[in-house]
Amino acid sequence: MTSLDLLSPGTRARLVSIGGERAFRCRLMELGLLPGTALRLVRKADLGGVLELEVRGCRLTVRHLEARSLAVVPLEG
Amino acid sequence: MSTLPPTRAGRRTRIALAGNPNTGKTTLFNRLTGLSAKVGNYPGVTVESEIGTLRLASAGEVELADVPGTYSLSARSAEEVLAIAAICGLPPLAPPDLVLLVVDATALTRNLYLALQVIETGTPVVIALNMWDMLASVGVEIDAAALARELGVPVVPISAQHGQGLDELRLALDRALAEPASARPDQRLVSESPLLREDIASAAAALPEDWRVEDPRRRDALALWALLSLDEHDELASAPKELRDVVLARRRAAADVGRELDAEIIRGRYEWIDAHAPRFLRTRAQVATSRTDQLDRVLLHPVFGFAAFLLAMGLVFQSLFSWADPAIGAIENAIGWFKALVVASLPEGLIADFVGDALIEGVGSVVVFLPQIVLLFLFIGLMEDSGYMARVAFLMDRLMKAIGLHGRAFVPMMSGFACAVPAILATRTMERQRDRMLTMLVVPLMTCSARLPVYALLIAALFPPSELFGFVPVQGLLMVGMYLFSTLVALAVAAVLGRTLFKGSSMPLLLEMPPYRRPDLRSVAAMVWRKSRVFLTEAGTVILACTVVMWGLLSFPRDAQGEARFDARASELAQAGASDEQLAELENERAAAALRHSLGGRLGRGIEPAIEPLGFDWKIGIGLLGAFAAREVFVSTMGVVYGMGGEVDDQTTGLRQRIQQESRDDGAPVYTPLVGLALMVFFALACQCMSTIAVVKRETRGWRWPVFLFVYTGALAWLCAFAVYQGGLALGLG
Ligand SMILES: Nc1nc2c(ncn2[C@@H]2O[C@H](COP(=O)(O)OP(=O)(O)OP(=O)(O)O)[C@@H](O)[C@H]2O)c(=O)[nH]1
Ligand SMILES: [Mg+2]
Repeated sequence: MTSLDLLSPGTRARLVSIGGERAFRCRLMELGLLPGTALRLVRKADLGGVLELEVRGCRLTVRHLEARSLAVVPLEG
Repeated sequence: MSTLPPTRAGRRTRIALAGNPNTGKTTLFNRLTGLSAKVGNYPGVTVESEIGTLRLASAGEVELADVPGTYSLSARSAEEVLAIAAICGLPPLAPPDLVLLVVDATALTRNLYLALQVIETGTPVVIALNMWDMLASVGVEIDAAALARELGVPVVPISAQHGQGLDELRLALDRALAEPASARPDQRLVSESPLLREDIASAAAALPEDWRVEDPRRRDALALWALLSLDEHDELASAPKELRDVVLARRRAAADVGRELDAEIIRGRYEWIDAHAPRFLRTRAQVATSRTDQLDRVLLHPVFGFAAFLLAMGLVFQSLFSWADPAIGAIENAIGWFKALVVASLPEGLIADFVGDALIEGVGSVVVFLPQIVLLFLFIGLMEDSGYMARVAFLMDRLMKAIGLHGRAFVPMMSGFACAVPAILATRTMERQRDRMLTMLVVPLMTCSARLPVYALLIAALFPPSELFGFVPVQGLLMVGMYLFSTLVALAVAAVLGRTLFKGSSMPLLLEMPPYRRPDLRSVAAMVWRKSRVFLTEAGTVILACTVVMWGLLSFPRDAQGEARFDARASELAQAGASDEQLAELENERAAAALRHSLGGRLGRGIEPAIEPLGFDWKIGIGLLGAFAAREVFVSTMGVVYGMGGEVDDQTTGLRQRIQQESRDDGAPVYTPLVGLALMVFFALACQCMSTIAVVKRETRGWRWPVFLFVYTGALAWLCAFAVYQGGLALGLG
C-alpha cells in the first residue's frame, strides 16, 4: 500500500481510504472516488503541484498535498 | 440577470434546467429560449439563475431557469446552495414543476449520481443526454431506452451545440408536464440498510414544515440530503438549528459504532449505478491517446505550458493594439465628422458647446474603445469555451496555493480582466466564506476592460510605436506590463490579507478537467455581442450622465467680468489687424481662464496639492474626480476638459494629440512618459467603480467591506503612483 502522490504516471491503482477533512472526503466520494474504486494516474505536474486522475472515465485533478492522504494499492498491468 | 421569484402561486409552469457543471446547460438554455446567457467551457460559469421562456406545443409558454451546475445536492459553495434551493424548492423557493436534467453522456456514471439524487426528491425529471455527438470519439455506447427503463424517467439523446434532438426533447417535456407520473419512477431506486433507515427517519422527523414534506419520498430525500450536507461549518443558512443538531448527533452516534454515514449514503448510489450500468453502458476498448491528451502533454507541461500561456497572453495584448487600431481610427474620424456636422448646424454658444463637447465628444471618446473591448471579450470567450481556461487554473494552482488563495480563485481573477462585477459574482463557486472574501477584495485590482481605454489612450499618446531590440513592440509590452503589474499587486495583497485579516487555510482544490472542444462560435459571438451592448448602453447612460455633470461643473459658473475683458482685448486685436494666429492664441487663453474659474476647475485645483506629488496637474485632477464614478469617465472628462481648454480646431485631431500638446505654464509638456506611467499605476490600483462597490456590498451584506476595499485601494494607488513618479524623477527620467 502506498499513497497516491507516490504513483508514477500511467499506473492503475485501487483506492483504499481517504484521509483529511470531512468536506473533502465527501466531495471526492461524490465524484465517484470511493474506497475500492479503481483509478489511473494520468499526469503529475510537479511544477504545478497537481495530479490528474481518471476515475470512472472522468478526469479529476487533486493537489499533491491532498493526494498524500489518499491510500492506494497499485494494480497489475 | 434575475433571481427566482419566491412563490408558486399564480405563476407560470417552471422547469429548472439542472446538471453537473460544464455539461451544456447554458448552451441548451440558449437553444431552447433563444436568449443568449453566457456559455463557458469551465465548470461553474453560470452563477446566477437566468430565466427564459420556452414554448411547448400543448403546455404553451413555460419558464425555463438555468441553474448553476452542481455535482451533487450536498451543497457546499454558495452557488450550489442556489442550485439546490432551485432544484429541491427549499424556502423561499417552491419546487419546480419539472427538472430538465442535462447529463454529459461522455461522463455518464458520474453524472448519474446527481440524477439519482434529483429523481429521489420525487419531482418529475426529464433527462437530456447531451454531447451525444462526442460518444464515438470517447469510445462509449449508450442505450438510451434502457437507461430510461432503469431510471424510470424519460431520456432524450441530444446535442445542444448542434441543435440535434431538440424537437424530441420538447415533446418529452410536454408529455412529462401533462403526465408527471411518467417522469417519476414507481419506487425509490436506491434502497438503504435498516440502520441507515433509522437515521433517515430521525432526520426526517426534524425537517421543518415549510419544506413541503407531505410526500414521504420527498421527505426521505430531504432527510438524506440533510444527513450528507449539514455539519458544523456549512453555510446553509436556511437549515434550522434542530435539524442540524439531529444530523450531528446521528453522525456522531454512527461514528461511535464504526459506521461512516457519508460513505454509506454515497456508496449506496454508486452501487446502484455500478450494478445497472452494464444494461445501458458499453465501453469499447480504449481509444488511442485522445487529442485532449496530446494537447495537454504540451499545454500542461511545467515549462512549455507556462511558455505557451505567456506567449498567448502577449499575443492577445499586442493584437488589442495592432488589430484594433484601424477600427479605432475609423470611429474617431466618424465622431469628429459627426460633431463638426452637428455643431455647424447649431447657433454658436452654450448649446453648441454642450452638444459638441459634452454629448458627442464625451460619449464618443469612450465609444472609440469598442473594438478593443470586443477583442478582449472575444479572447476570454474563446479561452473559456475551448477548455483552455481550466488548464490555466491547473498551471496556476501552485502559485495560488502559495499565496493562500483557493485554486478556484484563479477564474474570478481571470474574469476580472474583463470586468470585476461578474468576477465577484463568480467567487460564489468557492466553498468557504474566507476564500470568497479574500478573492472578492483583490479581484478589483485586476486590469478590467474599463481601464483599457485609459491605458490605451495614455500608451498611444505618450509612447510612440517602436520596437525594443528591434522586434519587441514597446506598446504591447507596456500593456502586458500593466496587466502583469496589476496581477502581481493583487497576489501580494491577497498574500498579506490572507495572513492577517483572513487567517486560515483554504479548502482543498478539486477540479474537473474538461476535454478540449472546438469553441462554439455562435455562443461566443452572442456573448461578445451582449457584453458590447452592455458597454454601449453604459456609454449611452451612465457615462453620458457623468459627462454631462462634469461638463456642467466645468462650464459654470461663468466669469462675466473675465469674459468682458477678453471680448475687449479681442476687438482691440482685431482693430489692430492681428493675425488669425494671435486671435486663436487669445481664444485659448480665454477658454483656459474659464475652465480655471469653473466649479470643476476649482475642485481640481482644490485637490491639486494632494496629487501634485504624483506629477498630476489640476486638469488631470478633474479627470480623476470624474473617474471615481467609473473609470471610462476619465477619458470622456479629459475630452471635455481639453475640448474647452485647448485650441478650437475644426480638424479635430482626437484626444491623443491634445494630450501630447498639453503644456504647463512654463511650456513644459504636462504629460511626460513618467507622468503617464504614474497615472496608469494609479488607475491600475484605485477602485474607481461604483458598480464594483455596489456588488461587493450586496455580496457581503454590509458597508464594511466595500468601504475597506475603497480605502485600501485608494491608499495603495496613491502610494504606488508617488513611488513611481518621485522614483522616476530621482533617477532623472522626468
Ligand atoms: N461537442 C459538444 N459540445 C457541447 C455540446 N453542448 C455544449 N457543448 C460545449 O460544452 C461546453 C460547456 O457548455 P455550457 O453550456 O457552458 O455548460 P454549462 O452546463 O452551462 O456549464 P456551467 O454553467 O459552467 O455549469 C461549451 O464549450 C459548449 O460549447 C454538445 O452537444 N456537443
Ligand atoms: Mg452554464
